[in-house]
Amino acid sequence: MTGTGLEAPASTTPAVLRRKGSLPRWAPLGILAATAVVMAGVAAATGSGVGLWAFLTAVVYAVATYTTSRVVEGARKAADRLVTVIVTGAFVLAMVPLVSVLWTVIAQGWERFDVTFFTNSMRGIVGEGGGALHAIQGTLIITGLAAAMSIPVGVLTAIYLVEYGSNSKLSRAITFFVDVMTGIPSIVAGLFAYALFTLLLGPGVRFGFVGAVALTVLMIPIVVRSTEEMLKIVPNELREAAFALGVPKWRTILKVVIPTTAGGIATGITLAIARVIGETAPLLVTVGLATGVNLNPFDSRMATLPVFSYYSYATPGVPRDPFLDRAWTAALVLMLIVMILNVVARLISRYFSPKTR
Amino acid sequence: MTTTEVKSEQKAAKPVTQLGDRIFAGSAKGAGIAILVVLAGVASFLLIEAFPAVTAPESELPGGLVAYVGPLIFGTLLGAVIALVVATPAAVAVALFISHYAPRRLSQGLSYIVDLLAAVPSIVYGLWGAWTLAPLSVPLSNWLTDNLGWIPLFAGPASTTGRTMMVVGLVLAVMILPIITAVAREVFLQTPSLHEEAALALGATRWEMIRMAVLPFGRSGIISGAMLGLGRALGETMAVAMILSVSGAVTFNLISSENPGTIAANIALQFPEASGITVNVLIASGLVLFVITLLVNMLARYIVERRRDFSGAN
Amino acid sequence: MKTKRRAPRARLAAVGIATTTALFVAGCGAANEGGGGGGGAAEGQGVSGTISGAGASSQQAAMQAWIAGFGNANPDATVNYDPVGSGGGRTQFAEGGVQFAGSDAYLKDEQLEQARQRCGGSVIEIPNYVSPIGIVYKVDGVDNLNLAPATIAGIFDGKITTWNDPAIAADNPGVQLPATPITPVHRSDESGTTENLTEFMNQAAPEAWPHEADGNWPVQGGEAAQGTSGVIGAVNAGNGTIGYADASQAGDLKMANVKLGDQNVAPTAEAAAKILEESQRVEGQGDTSFAFDLNRTAAGGAYPVVLVSYLMACPTYADQEQADVTKAFLNYVVSDAGQQAAAEAAGSAPLSENLRNQITPVIDRISAGG
Repeated sequence: MTGTGLEAPASTTPAVLRRKGSLPRWAPLGILAATAVVMAGVAAATGSGVGLWAFLTAVVYAVATYTTSRVVEGARKAADRLVTVIVTGAFVLAMVPLVSVLWTVIAQGWERFDVTFFTNSMRGIVGEGGGALHAIQGTLIITGLAAAMSIPVGVLTAIYLVEYGSNSKLSRAITFFVDVMTGIPSIVAGLFAYALFTLLLGPGVRFGFVGAVALTVLMIPIVVRSTEEMLKIVPNELREAAFALGVPKWRTILKVVIPTTAGGIATGITLAIARVIGETAPLLVTVGLATGVNLNPFDSRMATLPVFSYYSYATPGVPRDPFLDRAWTAALVLMLIVMILNVVARLISRYFSPKTR
Repeated sequence: MTTTEVKSEQKAAKPVTQLGDRIFAGSAKGAGIAILVVLAGVASFLLIEAFPAVTAPESELPGGLVAYVGPLIFGTLLGAVIALVVATPAAVAVALFISHYAPRRLSQGLSYIVDLLAAVPSIVYGLWGAWTLAPLSVPLSNWLTDNLGWIPLFAGPASTTGRTMMVVGLVLAVMILPIITAVAREVFLQTPSLHEEAALALGATRWEMIRMAVLPFGRSGIISGAMLGLGRALGETMAVAMILSVSGAVTFNLISSENPGTIAANIALQFPEASGITVNVLIASGLVLFVITLLVNMLARYIVERRRDFSGAN
Repeated sequence: MKTKRRAPRARLAAVGIATTTALFVAGCGAANEGGGGGGGAAEGQGVSGTISGAGASSQQAAMQAWIAGFGNANPDATVNYDPVGSGGGRTQFAEGGVQFAGSDAYLKDEQLEQARQRCGGSVIEIPNYVSPIGIVYKVDGVDNLNLAPATIAGIFDGKITTWNDPAIAADNPGVQLPATPITPVHRSDESGTTENLTEFMNQAAPEAWPHEADGNWPVQGGEAAQGTSGVIGAVNAGNGTIGYADASQAGDLKMANVKLGDQNVAPTAEAAAKILEESQRVEGQGDTSFAFDLNRTAAGGAYPVVLVSYLMACPTYADQEQADVTKAFLNYVVSDAGQQAAAEAAGSAPLSENLRNQITPVIDRISAGG
């Protein structure tokens, strides 16, 4: 388990491949620079934009690299270089929209990213000013409750499926229905939770816990599926080794299997939380919207960031700008919350995972 | 280390059983059963609420349920398929880049960014799609319909605002890319280094090593990730509702302003003002989405099972 | 070795972040809340208790202003409003889930019956929010546009396809119109705004628009966008686009005047407010209901494309506090101060003095018991 043997492929190139000679180390960069310059000329001549220039550069660079390498180094190395270009290119291409989204949110949300936004609620606010403290607290409370319910259930279910179920009828039924659950439209989950509590407590129920139940229904299948996937890839050799040492199964799972894949499980849970923390429709149906702070998830309405953000955007007052600014800042705060969660998940998983690297 | 050896282990190594074991196994099983109970609740709620729509007389629901839901099913699948076709290869490439190409220091930061992007709320993607990407797509749509108009996908006339199925598909692709990437990356990182080193030692290039060791090992993970992504693409509500210009037409034309709606977006658009039988119809369409997701997942499970021999671990 | 040292630090950081989060949730109330209130009202003044409403999102901006204004005058009272949509609001009101509802359409048929049952007899319906719907457009070089009802219907039906069409030119003598194609934008979600526009076109130009009033856009073609913000965005994004949205939300977009006879009426609040004067109350809704069938062809300078949204409440509540708060809140909403607050915050048209004088006695009858 020391190193992956990937760090320096260039220096460890086996003799078999070197027979036909190899490109100097500066070659890829050189070709890229040359292509970029030539294509800049072409783009300037035809008057096309930056996007087209980047696209043409990438395509021509891929072709040029492949051809050069094919001539100098042979087909296999050429394919390797081509794939490197494609993978890197795809990565850069995929990053463009993602960075654009991030940039949009940060640029638009920056306007109201001030102290007032974090210390004030919307109670008694008309037009400008106000903040989203109440919504931030509501989101933390409701998502926290949902996570507290769905993570144990989800992870335990995944453990059952992978470690105990061994294709029994029950485990197949669970697998089947977990798959079904991933297809629940979020508003339906909200309506379900609302109907359930209406049945229990009478009409007009609106409190944080109902929303947490709706989010739990949405979260569980994601937790189960990602955890299941991560448990499956733990090598059986590790389990066998533990069993052979006389370690009981449950301790094997807790001390060997889960720590081995803790990072993956944490990622899955973060994804699940991220998926539900931005839900709007189910929360509006179940929790409603409030203008002031409410810290009790078992009594009366609460504001949440996505609902707050959506309705600031969808039904702005006059003038529009303060409402839209609040909407963007709320979205930015939502992202920051998930970012912090992500850091926490990583720290926790690092704490649990085996100390190998 | 071969997979055939692994298969025989279940009988070979029996773990020791204790009280703690029974408690742990019991609670794991209990959690599974709890999920079944919750789902039974959701399912019965859906069925009860959807039933009036199925039995509704012609007078209350012109054309019947099938005519209402049909175009929506089409739109849902169309958008999700575009998203999946665009996102899966890109996501695998990004995951490979992070796991096997980028320098380690950089790759940690990158995987962090990708995780973060999975967390962007769908409203934000909706806003971004409608206000940033849609206007940007107009020149491209015009070019496509001028030069490739003979392909039915780009028949046009191109929308002047860019709120088209193509943009929706791309936004959905951007939304699910981080999800697929995150799962694929975790699986790629778990590839046994022995396999990788063995491949390199035999003189494989990096790409050959990836093709022989990493991709076969990660295949089930890629499919799982893609299915999680597909689930989100099928069920995505707000982003689609905010971007798409819906007309209810059933067409493969991706760049005009007349597009089929999607089930989830239609629920979001119609539910607030709905009352009476319309509510039941909307919930029935939710039930249909349910069934679609189920079929897709069963297909994925089937593929993964068939490929299990290649999947390395269990 | 290196990682051994990192682990405790990681735990420390996790604990730190968790603690900060907990403090954030539990520790602080909002700086603008608690005690006193901003309106100069002392503690204990006014009514106390909590009521909740649900319904039309069109009222949301105005409702925020009302809730804020009412909260300042009555610091011990809390009013909540969930903008779930008119349909949801009416349903929840009929089920007894909320004390009041907001709706872009008055109660009809089955729902009227259910609401009557819930309230034990009659239902109060007040047209609390009257707002002009602007015909917004974006055409380079055209700053002032007049459109007759039949022209509007032709454009939205896809019959009139370019801006220099003779029908548009006839409405705008002397104006230089470009040959740009028209892209009509309509709402993709079901909405009261669409219902009011289609009702206007159907009433004022039945030949050009034979479709009945409908909250769902009844014809094929054109662009669709979600919500007011979506329509404004789509109209802004294109060129030669035309759409309809709450006039207060038009922002930089130009709004067409509606040409009635030889009068061109602009979508102002004053012109919109006149329409209730020109309209008939709906028969058979009971004397506590102020539901109106709008007269969209009146000639008295009233702007005919208007959204009238209603507030629904019961004349009696089981709970004394609820009755008191509801009565006080409704009184504030229809009061001069309340209507002015909404006009400022949401650009709505204030109710006329005459109508207010009819409505107030009905609200004053709200009581507990029954």
